[in-house]
Amino acid sequence: MTNTLHRYGDADSFRDDYVVFAMCCRGQNDEDVVPKLRKFLELAVPYKPVNLGDSRRGGALRASKSMGPLSHWKRDMKPDFQMVIQGVSTPMTAAAVFDNRIAAEDFLKTVKEADLGLSVNISTSIDGADQCCHVADTCRHSVGYSLGFQGKTEHLPNEDILKLSTMCGHGMVSTSLAKKMVDWVKEGRRTPDEAVTYMTRFCSCGVFNPSRAKRILEEARVRQK
Amino acid sequence: MRIDPSKCVACGNCTYVCPMGAIYIDPVIERATVNRDECVECYACYNGLSQEHLNPTMVRTVRKLFKMMRVRFDPEPDVCPTAAFAPEDLVWPRVVRRAFSDPRVPHESTGIEGRGTEEVKTNDVSGRVKVGEVGFTIELGRPGVGVWFREIQEMAWALARAGVSFEKRNPLTTLMSDVASGTIREDIMNEKVLSAIIEIKVSVERTEEIIELVRGVEKKLDTVVALGVATRCDDDGEERIVAPILERLGYKLERAKTNTGLGRVTNRALVMPQSEVTAR
Repeated sequence: MTNTLHRYGDADSFRDDYVVFAMCCRGQNDEDVVPKLRKFLELAVPYKPVNLGDSRRGGALRASKSMGPLSHWKRDMKPDFQMVIQGVSTPMTAAAVFDNRIAAEDFLKTVKEADLGLSVNISTSIDGADQCCHVADTCRHSVGYSLGFQGKTEHLPNEDILKLSTMCGHGMVSTSLAKKMVDWVKEGRRTPDEAVTYMTRFCSCGVFNPSRAKRILEEARVRQK
Repeated sequence: MRIDPSKCVACGNCTYVCPMGAIYIDPVIERATVNRDECVECYACYNGLSQEHLNPTMVRTVRKLFKMMRVRFDPEPDVCPTAAFAPEDLVWPRVVRRAFSDPRVPHESTGIEGRGTEEVKTNDVSGRVKVGEVGFTIELGRPGVGVWFREIQEMAWALARAGVSFEKRNPLTTLMSDVASGTIREDIMNEKVLSAIIEIKVSVERTEEIIELVRGVEKKLDTVVALGVATRCDDDGEERIVAPILERLGYKLERAKTNTGLGRVTNRALVMPQSEVTAR
């Protein structure tokens, strides 16, 4: 899951983006792993995550396959964490997304105390992760740096669009949809909250950060004035 | 993926959600249509759009009336109003598009979803990247551009010529007909995927050489590359070797994935004394 590594932005733009995820290693600690993954997600809830993710089933906001004509006026706008937790039934990558460092630090401390035996990673700015580990009194084992995007970068869209679409590293939030949402928010056709929920539903592993997305949309709207 | 023309009402919602821009409204038939050459079978349209099950004739009539009155039709942008998507039974070689593009489909070779492997995310348990080593993830096509296997082939050949070895459990490696030369099987060369990750491991001393090699090859490709570089930290949790090399090469390190070292081996057969395992 390099899907959280290559988010576009500078370190400061990750001040509200902390993805903490747990996974097992095949053949090493994958026995009886489902209850541990559920526990990991349950431990996150008190720290008010902005999303929870199951890499096989999605995040806390999902597309519906059975909408009726009246469901447009009562659509789910709030994340359903229990749906994610109860849905865990096979080994997968479990992710909790936070929009502040304090919550991520406290969560990591709690996960350490729970001693689940799973590998736990933090994806955020380098300093942000370092501070989380320091506060939780864990020693960083390994680090994977993102060197960003290179090659024919002229194919890439502008910064706002890139910041939004790369929050689903699997590429399920298309650049066209992200641009449409920026435009709709600018036009006043949708609120940032509404635009964010549309995009969040496309992320198939639940690591999209709605809180950061909302900030990016609001900044893009103000810049137009 | 195909769109059922008897159900599609040409609302256009799906044209925006396709990461490859492969869906368009065909002006002749007035229905959304998938450009099969560009479609990477990621299923973002099918999985991401909510589905309503309205009567297509009724929706088309309403839309025509709105259009005549110059009233803007304002549908929810993440809904297919008539559930018009119809997934196909994919056959070889097209099926590799989905394997590398739809993150909900686990690769048979790795057992995990997505295009990569466990990399250093489980390094505290697997010991995959050791002190003095650097793991590279060279992801072609990301973000949102896509890549053909014939382009991936160029990168794999160049790396193989440099004498690097490919990660055995990487999905891409399993599609190589000759791993030593980095040759990918011929019958998938004309398949396009959302992205694919080449994974290699080299000694720290070769970090700069590999980055320069990637930079050289990517100039010849019509896609983008997302480069990840992973390494072990010291016993005190610091990383003082690779970051300075990367900074010297002009990279401003903004984001990283940090393994917090909380993982451990827990499978019973591996932690139990051998006598107990035998007794069972």
